[in-house]
Amino acid sequence: MVSTSRPTELAIEAHGLVKLFGNNRAVDGVDLAVKTGTVYGVLGPNGAGKTTTISMLATLLRPDAGEAKIFGFDVRTEAQIVRQLIGVTGQYASVDENLSATENLVLFSKLLGLKGSAPKRKAAELLEEFGLTEAAKRPLKNFSGGMRRRLDLAASLIAQPPLIFLDEPTTGLDPRTRGQMWDTIRRLVAGGSTVLLTTQYLDEADQLADRVAVIDKGRVVAEGTSDELKSSVGTAALQLRLVNAADIPAARELIRTTLGVESAVSAEAARLSAPMQHAELVTDLLVALRGDGIAVAEISVQQPTLDEVFLALTGHDTGATTDAPTPELETAR
Amino acid sequence: MSTVTPALLNNTGSLRNYVGPRQILENTLTMAWRGLLKIKRTPEQLIDVTVQPILFTLMFAYIFGGAISGNVQQYLPLMIPGILVQTVITTSMVTGVQLREDMDKGVFDRFKSLPIARIAPLAGALLTDTLRYAIAVTLTFATGWVMGYHPAGGFGAVVLAGLLVIFCAWSVSWIWAFFGVIARSASSVQGMSMIILFPLTFLSNAFVPADSLPSWLRAFANVNPVSHVVTAVRDLANTGQIGMAALWAVVGAVVIVAIFAPLTVRAYMRKA
Ligand SMILES: Nc1ncnc2c1ncn2[C@@H]1O[C@H](COP(=O)(O)OP(=O)(O)OP(=O)(O)O)[C@@H](O)[C@H]1O
Ligand SMILES: [Mg+2]
Repeated sequence: MVSTSRPTELAIEAHGLVKLFGNNRAVDGVDLAVKTGTVYGVLGPNGAGKTTTISMLATLLRPDAGEAKIFGFDVRTEAQIVRQLIGVTGQYASVDENLSATENLVLFSKLLGLKGSAPKRKAAELLEEFGLTEAAKRPLKNFSGGMRRRLDLAASLIAQPPLIFLDEPTTGLDPRTRGQMWDTIRRLVAGGSTVLLTTQYLDEADQLADRVAVIDKGRVVAEGTSDELKSSVGTAALQLRLVNAADIPAARELIRTTLGVESAVSAEAARLSAPMQHAELVTDLLVALRGDGIAVAEISVQQPTLDEVFLALTGHDTGATTDAPTPELETAR
Repeated sequence: MSTVTPALLNNTGSLRNYVGPRQILENTLTMAWRGLLKIKRTPEQLIDVTVQPILFTLMFAYIFGGAISGNVQQYLPLMIPGILVQTVITTSMVTGVQLREDMDKGVFDRFKSLPIARIAPLAGALLTDTLRYAIAVTLTFATGWVMGYHPAGGFGAVVLAGLLVIFCAWSVSWIWAFFGVIARSASSVQGMSMIILFPLTFLSNAFVPADSLPSWLRAFANVNPVSHVVTAVRDLANTGQIGMAALWAVVGAVVIVAIFAPLTVRAYMRKA
């Protein structure tokens, strides 16, 4: 009998995790260290091993090698304790399609040991919190993808677990629902939970995660804060299109003096592209441009894409169908 | 430094790496409740246990009755217990198929990540199915009654016989559950189960007196646990007596559970 949690700074600690599917090394020696109370992002393309890694940490799959501890408890030998400390929202909704939203939450509450009227109360409370009260009695078959995700997340929070796994929580959601999901995740962290989330989007990791691990082919290829990560692959690029191509030399000079960087030119479009390390300096540049009477037709910021991060970190692209980096950006780096 | 304070862990509020018998029971009952909700949602899944007993009872009585016992009325005391056992054990096969379909659904991933008894999703499903057996038992006796079968053993003995059949079907359903867990698809569960089910139900004394069988078949029919269940039901319903057959039936059922429940749970956890 283990009576109390072991004091630990780390919510997750994994060393050399390996999972084989036949000859396929789906996870090939992953190390992770996630501090309690933080959001940790695992970033990687399709098939990188994100879901497999989460499954091992959440005791759903046994690692073939390596070890992992959740709040100091071993996922292999103390699995039942680990399950009391985690909530898992998988990539695909793991709720019962035959039951209503309320019945699902009541079922999981009962399984978690709530007695009497407590399961019903807990279900109502969570449905309210996740904006599902209206749909509480409707069959899940008529739920939209976003509603299903929210219900799934609600089900993971019944026991208020100190560690929550979210596998691609926003994939397939529209921008508004995605924003709501981000708010929910921020709320969880504000409430003291630790969150490990996987994503295919760099900006999502950037928005939410304190630290990020980039994984590819089952290996961690980079780890750090999202700022560190981005600076390792180049910064966002400021793009300017001038009304008059003849202003280009003067504009480049202004960029050099105000932003302190060289800019790249694509003359035929009267377009300039400059690395943007300090966003606040852009205002200075715009003021200076107006002062010199240089008219700007268009201004935009190009973030480095996951494709570029991968290209930079692994020397190969994600294999996804996203557009290749624009030529201007290549020269801007 | 933050300490872990999960608000709601288990009854004692402390972390345990094992699941006690009380929690196993509670989790299993909750899972059975889930099964009942599912039946409420899709009552059509009760078709086999409502139509089949009535249809089979009528069919077998009028097809075999004349040939075996001279007339249908005399055949009923021999046949109704046989058809009862055969029908209920056949419907228990659905358990494995449904379990396979259920396990492929996302909700089982959540069950695996919850701090609950590993056996509960399986045991709960099997427990719900006893309701199906109870329906089949009731309808078979009712059809028999309408056809003129009035068990001499009396009502109490009939209830006891029904409970025995339900218990035996539940124990056999652990075999189907095992196939359900190890099989790749629902249809292969059905295939595997048939191979066991047919010899077990037909090579028995369910429809004909065992001494009318050729000697090699009689040898098998006499050791076949299904024959013991059939004999036990005949004893109970027709004479109101609990014979040796009932004892053997219960022993056989317990042995099946003792073998297949751990096998099933092991296979289920390995798959996880
Ligand atoms: N149950 C399984 N059996 C066999 N191979 C598997 C299984 N699960 C995953 N794989 C393989 O392991 C590799 C990693 O898969 P995983 O699902 O972990 O990737 P992922 O990073 O979550 O990808 P995605 O972004 O598509 O969800 C893939 O090559 C996949 O084909
Ligand atoms: Mg995945």
